[in-house]
Amino acid sequence: MTLLQTAASELLRDLEARRVSSRELTEAYLAQIEKHDGQVKAFLHVDREGALAQAKDIDDRRAAGKPVGKLAGLPVAIKDVLCTKGVVTTCGSKMLENFKPPYDATVIAKLKAADAVLIGKTNMDEFAMGGSTENSAFFKTRNPWDLERVPGGSSGGAAACLAASMAPLSIGTDTGGSIRQPAAFCGVTGLKPTYGRVSRYGLVAFASSLDQIGPMAASAKDTALLLDAIAGHDPLDSTSVPLDVPNYSASIDQPLAGLKLGRVKEHFGPGLDPEIEAAVNEAIRVFTGLGATVVDISLPHSKYGISTYYIIAPSEASSNLARYDGVHFGYRTDEKAMLAELEAEQKQLAAAGDERGLKNLDTSLIRMYRKSRAEGFGPEVKRRIMLGTYTLSAGYYDAYYLKALKVRRLIRGDYDKAFEQVDFIIGPTTPSPAFKLGEKTDDPLSMYLEDLYTVTANLAGIGGISIPCGQTKAGLPIGLQLQCRPFDEERLLRAGHMFQQATDWHTKRPKLG
Amino acid sequence: MTLSRADVEKVSLLARLLLSESELDTMTTQLVRIVGYVEQLGELNTDNVQPMAHALELHNVFADDVQHEHLDRAAALANAPKHDAECYRVPAVLGE
Repeated sequence: MTLLQTAASELLRDLEARRVSSRELTEAYLAQIEKHDGQVKAFLHVDREGALAQAKDIDDRRAAGKPVGKLAGLPVAIKDVLCTKGVVTTCGSKMLENFKPPYDATVIAKLKAADAVLIGKTNMDEFAMGGSTENSAFFKTRNPWDLERVPGGSSGGAAACLAASMAPLSIGTDTGGSIRQPAAFCGVTGLKPTYGRVSRYGLVAFASSLDQIGPMAASAKDTALLLDAIAGHDPLDSTSVPLDVPNYSASIDQPLAGLKLGRVKEHFGPGLDPEIEAAVNEAIRVFTGLGATVVDISLPHSKYGISTYYIIAPSEASSNLARYDGVHFGYRTDEKAMLAELEAEQKQLAAAGDERGLKNLDTSLIRMYRKSRAEGFGPEVKRRIMLGTYTLSAGYYDAYYLKALKVRRLIRGDYDKAFEQVDFIIGPTTPSPAFKLGEKTDDPLSMYLEDLYTVTANLAGIGGISIPCGQTKAGLPIGLQLQCRPFDEERLLRAGHMFQQATDWHTKRPKLG
Repeated sequence: MTLSRADVEKVSLLARLLLSESELDTMTTQLVRIVGYVEQLGELNTDNVQPMAHALELHNVFADDVQHEHLDRAAALANAPKHDAECYRVPAVLGE
């Protein structure tokens, strides 16, 4: 049990000193998965044999004194939205249930080069659309702190496996809060890097101008370790930025002097759970105690964040998901049944003398697309495709999509102005703690409003981190969000580490049955 | 602007989705609520605001014009629901 409670950065030192082997470590995590994942259901696929073979290879190379990568021997869990060559990558969708990518995502290639042990693929909301992981086409993941509650989403499996000590490091993705919100709900640390910091090549696209891959772990220090392995420019992703990457782990222990924090007044309004408010205010006092100064700031357009996001993200999604046509890869409807149905419709229309109906009847190809997509996608994905198709359609483009792009500029402007005054923006990650399974599934808009404090960072393209800062009376974790200027992750992680040196919320783990 | 059931049906064709009668009802109710909510953006004056399509104000990124490795045909076809040795197979596109 002690291995599972040791920080990834310390495990790495133990591996390097050969006090523990990667095989022992991997076996310990596999045993934990075996024991508890029947309840938590964080993993869609556990690669027991692959992981053990990789661990053995790394142990052998290390024993022979051969060079090994910077994460050599540490298990990492992967959100099932990153392409892994030859290993099924489902995106939590029936559409991709049998999809075996012919190549690795850049982040996967980098993790392999770093000799991380890829232990398995974690559950998620279908195509990363959702905030509870209830939209997975396969099963629901449960929050290890309370199995009746959701782990958050869309990186729900990624966060839950950390909370349940089933992996020391975990990769998530964040389009509107999908790393930070589940990190908050599960009491772990999750970083959404600045847009462009990490290559998106091989990430199954949801909203390309907002999606970003990021590291999740128990602490800011371990998060830094994982970011070191995945950050950097990639010629295969022209939106990744050709900037030097700092060595995040090297500087993590250096505290920041003279920090200026901005407390966003709009993030403390009505709708914020009082226990979360109290915990976040206490966290701000911790920072003050560490020498930080805190000023009140305003992000006046933040109340438009949800509206802007739920126009832009579905618009991009409707375009990105057009590739699922039942032709090149993915699910296709039963063609014989589809053709028989179409023929029956045609006969019926002909018998009724409905010329217009006949003229408008789908061709067999169009019907094949429509039925394949209708059967392959779940309700939330359909809803967003519909919403995005509508907001991009003739006559509505200016009123919705173009309008949202303009408000996006205003939201970015708010941040630029705030960062002239402060180093980081501080506040709650979510308005409320983890909710119960099924509580919000009938009301998509109430689920969307959960993203209130997180979506604006994606719209502006800046970085953000969620770190544990307390618990409710019912024992549910509370997340503190810090947001930073573009490409200031190095200092953001140091600020998180400073906080975690002074508190112990990040060390708390749930009791599993 | 209100969204009618007929609008939703038309959008479902544009989106290449096929919705059942009950899905059309639910979808109409939900989209009316969501679109009603996002219309709050109308209260902002954005006349002189430049649209922001992307987080990074990137210019064109050029690559050297050299041949790279590419997927071989078998790998590209491997995930297709229906294919022969050379092509993806689809239902007849032209009339019989």
